[in-house]
Amino acid sequence: MTTTPTVPRATAVAARATELTKVYGQGETQVVALDRVSVDFRQGEFTAIMGPSGSGKSTLMHCVAGLDSFSSGSVRIGDTELSALKDKQLTQLRRDKIGFIFQAFNLLPTLTAMENITLPMDITGRRADQAWVQKVIDMLGLSGRLKHRPTELSGGQQQRVAVARALASRPEIIFGDEPTGNLDSRSGAEVLGFLRNSVRELGQTVVMVTHDPVAASYADRVIFLADGRIVDEMLRPTADGVLDRMKAFDTKGRTS
Amino acid sequence: MFRTALRNVLAHKARLLMTVLAVMLGVAFVSGTLVFTDTLSQAFRGQSAKSYDDVAVAVSLRPDPEEAAKNPGLSQATVDKVAKLDGVTGVQPRVDGFAGVPDAKGKLIGSGWSNKGVNFAPGPDGKDPALSFTSGDGPTAAGQIALDKATADKGGYKVGDTVRVATNGPVKEYALSGVFTTEDGAVNAGGSLVVFDAPVAQQLYLKPGYYSDLNVSAAPGADDEKLRDEVLKVVPKAATAQTGQDLADEQARQIESGLGALNQTLLGFAGIALFVGVFLISNTFTMLVAQRTKELALMRAVGASRRQITRSVLAEAGIVGVVASAVGYLLGIGLAVGLRSGMAAFDMKVPDGDLVLGTTPVLAAFGVGVVITMLAAWLPGRRAAKIPPVAAMNSVHATPNAKSLVVRNAIGAAITAIGAVLIVLGANAGGDEGRMTIAGGAFATLIGIIILIPFLSRPVIALIRPFFVKVFGISGKLAGLNAVRNPRRTGATASALAIGLTLVTGLTVIGVSAGQALDKMTVDQIKADYMVTMASGGGLSDEALKALEKAPGVTAVSPQQAGALDIKGTYVSASGVTPGAIEKVLKVEVVNGSLATLGQGRIAVADKTAEKRGLKVGDSVPVEYLDKKKGTLTVGAVYKDSEFLSPVLVDTKILDAHDPEKYIPQIFVSTEGGPGDAHEQALIKAMGDNPAITVMDQKDIRDEFGGQINLLLNIMYGLLAMALIIAVLGVVNTLAMSVFERQQEIGMIRAIGLDRRRVKRMVRLEAVVISVFGAVVGIGLGTFLAWAIGKTFEASLPGYGLVVPWDRVGIFLVLAALVGVLASLWPARSAARLNMLTAIKAE
Repeated sequence: MTTTPTVPRATAVAARATELTKVYGQGETQVVALDRVSVDFRQGEFTAIMGPSGSGKSTLMHCVAGLDSFSSGSVRIGDTELSALKDKQLTQLRRDKIGFIFQAFNLLPTLTAMENITLPMDITGRRADQAWVQKVIDMLGLSGRLKHRPTELSGGQQQRVAVARALASRPEIIFGDEPTGNLDSRSGAEVLGFLRNSVRELGQTVVMVTHDPVAASYADRVIFLADGRIVDEMLRPTADGVLDRMKAFDTKGRTS
Repeated sequence: MFRTALRNVLAHKARLLMTVLAVMLGVAFVSGTLVFTDTLSQAFRGQSAKSYDDVAVAVSLRPDPEEAAKNPGLSQATVDKVAKLDGVTGVQPRVDGFAGVPDAKGKLIGSGWSNKGVNFAPGPDGKDPALSFTSGDGPTAAGQIALDKATADKGGYKVGDTVRVATNGPVKEYALSGVFTTEDGAVNAGGSLVVFDAPVAQQLYLKPGYYSDLNVSAAPGADDEKLRDEVLKVVPKAATAQTGQDLADEQARQIESGLGALNQTLLGFAGIALFVGVFLISNTFTMLVAQRTKELALMRAVGASRRQITRSVLAEAGIVGVVASAVGYLLGIGLAVGLRSGMAAFDMKVPDGDLVLGTTPVLAAFGVGVVITMLAAWLPGRRAAKIPPVAAMNSVHATPNAKSLVVRNAIGAAITAIGAVLIVLGANAGGDEGRMTIAGGAFATLIGIIILIPFLSRPVIALIRPFFVKVFGISGKLAGLNAVRNPRRTGATASALAIGLTLVTGLTVIGVSAGQALDKMTVDQIKADYMVTMASGGGLSDEALKALEKAPGVTAVSPQQAGALDIKGTYVSASGVTPGAIEKVLKVEVVNGSLATLGQGRIAVADKTAEKRGLKVGDSVPVEYLDKKKGTLTVGAVYKDSEFLSPVLVDTKILDAHDPEKYIPQIFVSTEGGPGDAHEQALIKAMGDNPAITVMDQKDIRDEFGGQINLLLNIMYGLLAMALIIAVLGVVNTLAMSVFERQQEIGMIRAIGLDRRRVKRMVRLEAVVISVFGAVVGIGLGTFLAWAIGKTFEASLPGYGLVVPWDRVGIFLVLAALVGVLASLWPARSAARLNMLTAIKAE
């Protein structure tokens, strides 16, 4: 609801990782996915995490979002320290404070668009804030599609429903994992536009993992990861700027 | 291709496990049944061969009652003549009949029909070759008897003890002279055998000086058939003679046909189990094929023909079938051994014998197992072949079963409709013919419903859903929706339960309805407080009748003496009754005339019979009695036809005069002030504490019918549990598959905040929905069938009305829900444990 678009709001931090380390395997087969990563995601900011395949960008997001465990360090969502939480509490945290947008399989095919949007509230057993939900639906232009099932919607529409679902429960932070990965460029641009609007107009906090420089350019800030470490950061990015930065990684070659 | 199939089997071990289990259970049932009956038949055959071992020729003379006067049996003179024939080494003349002994509590040992008494037939050496005495000796005086060892042990009798022996007359006391073992089949099957001194047995069972059977032994190697012809020349014309071999063969044949019925029943249930299994197998292969769409498309792309794809699926099924059959066969042998010890535990004695492992059970096991599996996999195999090669390139998941069900539904509806029409027609036709029509209709309806079941799943489950949402919230809502996502699969899974429950419900409803009708009939029709019968099923004596009449507290006694009269050229069964008492012990609704006329020597006729024969009150009817004497009787009353009354009632005295072999199967007794312990004891005492005579009150009478129905139902439930077990496997299979297919989805809802507990509950509820759906369909169809079958015997069982035992139906539903919960344990757990991250990772 702030109208000062480009300046990140003061100091309030939505999520913070400190010395976050994630190690797979043991001994010789040990792989360090995250190597003492420290990063803040500020409230009302749209952050993109970029990096080549295997850089640890998805792992970072999963750990911060409480989807994955980590080896050492600390993650906080608001005031809550994640390392101390058990699965049940993590589930509750995700339910109450976090919204998700995935690349695919975002919606339950058995539910209508509207039911999908209110699913997080149904899980909690809360009543949806009708005015807010209506506002989100209007913003995403979904009013005419609410009774449709996912199979009757286009990819872009499905992803807009997913965005609406993430916004509807007013989470403290929304995580997106390649939210435009399965969309054509026009639908992708639409979805990214909505995400940016949600940050600018609704004051939402969004963290998005992507490998697409154009997608990253919608963000306020881009964090670059390589080999499990943060190697660079870019404020107010442009697609070209991001692309140039990414090209620097190419010398190492892309492995998946 | 075979190698691919083998690899696939190995790769999907876990998935195929349920299929293997299902086939295995069916095969085990089949081979177990065959091995069991083979073993049993071999044992019985060995037994009967042994009991006729010493018999070269057996002579039998069991004259018709009419000729009894002329031909009372085999006289001692005849026996002596046979003994003097060339080649005869020994003769044992026999006469036998019912004889029972009580245990310490005064209850009959054995089951009535297998309590036998026979004469002692010592050879020149003083020994009866059929008996080997373990203590004491054979009876040599009128007051002595010998007992078989098992019976003596059960009754706690020792040589020298006094034993009360019940025959068709009054109870008499004898001294126990000896205890023996014997190869007699009835004794080995748990019966009892009392051996009397020959004159006593003759007096009891035939006529002094006469025998009914004669076993002739000959030197080894003698020509039995020639001897038989010789024997036939010296015995009365009415007698028959057979060689021991023929007798053994005949007995073996009887055993065979007796076991054949058992065999068919058990195989019938095995068939049901396998039929249910087909759905499970077919489901599994459909899933495997769907899962492997890409792989199969790739094979097509690199040049495999459609036929090869189908064949590879079939080969896979073949491998599964062979493995399952092999294990099932072994399990079947175990089952056969278990069944035999189970019979022993229920006191059903079977002769010892080795386990018979013939080739038929092996062939049947593999034949059935492999063929069923491949047959069930055939359709999925065909479907696999239709996967276009381009599917290999397509990154998008092929959405299965988008195909419309219209054709399927139309066919299903048509078959169901035809079946339903046949059932209704059959119900209205009634009788055996109607039942045949119903059977055909039932089969068609079952098939039709199975075809229709995917279509039915949506509306039926939609009915349950609101309840689920209300009680279980989001888990219930998602479960309900998930259950109808793949109607074909849900349908096939529910079918297994539906078939099982159709049978269970049908049998239960018929059983309970018939039981209540019988109950009602007994209450309505029997006014007497007690019914007295012989445990042996034999007739009661005149003395018994007189003793009952004199017993204290008795107000009315009437027998229902079995007899017949030839009225206008046709024999009509006629009951001999006591005038003045009959209407006090049984309900007789007089339409015309008066029952009092029975006392004046008139007869009473049932209305239907009267109509058919053109009789009315006051008519004089020429009749012919059993002894062919002619007479004239006057119709004194016409009464309403009833199950408990013969078409004609007449004073016993009239029948007695013409029937030397009078037969009183039961006597009804009314007592002062209704039934009570004192009355019952008085009656038992009047009968001389005879263990062979049963005094039943109304409850006992009802239990005798009801108990049989319940026993039958319980046996059926036990056997049908098999179908339920396979249904459980089917539900497990379907759920495991659903969970596997919906990994991403489950990962997603886990990510957005559904906790493990509720994920589990969601899967569990889906299983419950599917199971209950199957149960509802089965219960509905079963009730319908029961109604139709009930209709066909409404005419023969007055008072029959459809009774739906809601308590049992409730239990079935709860059981079905439990099946769901049980089946979902493992899939729900794996769903809850799903790794969220791998689940939500795209492709």
